[in-house]
Amino acid sequence: MPGLFFSVPPDFRAGTGYPDGMTLDVLLFASYADAFGATSLRVELPEGATVEALLGSVRALRPEAPLPRALIAVNQEYATPGQQLREGDEVALIPPVAGG
Amino acid sequence: MRTALVTDVLRPETLLAEVSATRNGAAVLFVGTVREVNDGRAVTGIDYRAYEAMAERELAAIATEAAERFGTRDLVVEHRLGSLALGEASVVVAVAHPHRAQAYEASRFVIEELKRRVPIWKREHYVDGTREWVGHGGAS
Repeated sequence: MPGLFFSVPPDFRAGTGYPDGMTLDVLLFASYADAFGATSLRVELPEGATVEALLGSVRALRPEAPLPRALIAVNQEYATPGQQLREGDEVALIPPVAGG
Repeated sequence: MRTALVTDVLRPETLLAEVSATRNGAAVLFVGTVREVNDGRAVTGIDYRAYEAMAERELAAIATEAAERFGTRDLVVEHRLGSLALGEASVVVAVAHPHRAQAYEASRFVIEELKRRVPIWKREHYVDGTREWVGHGGAS
């Protein structure tokens, strides 16, 4: 599936917008993919930002959407809220799973 | 021991044959199927989607944990993805063990852990034409 990236705001085009910032592509699934109309989303965060901060900034982009709680996976493993993110991490939002 | 995400129709009897061995005295076959009613709403079908790379890793990790915990490597799990019709199998867990107690327990452990942590989502389609991601709240 091709990723539909959100355009980066003009002020950020030269860099990340933070003195020591990083750019992360966040994978979206199920209701999150529907709410954003995309299967991934590019976000700008300060280097070393936590999983919790990432979740907050993603949800702030769709304050009106009735999105369920979500966990974050970093490099295909469930992460804790305080875990720090690094440039190049594979990050994914994991809303409530329903396999079986 | 083997785990897989598949798009083809699941064949439970093939998985059962795969775990069968003369060292085992018991084999348990669990088949999860698409049910016609969920939470009082008539369902016409289900789409299963996954974060495939991570789902494969989690499934394999669960199988390894079950093998260590219950003492058998005769364990196969397949989960189907895509659009499924009523009655079709969405998941098959086949476990064999020298004794029935551990075979039952290993089977239960695998399906419960799968439902708890493998990143797979299902969108139910209802008779009235709406559809909804299960557990996410709100129809779309």
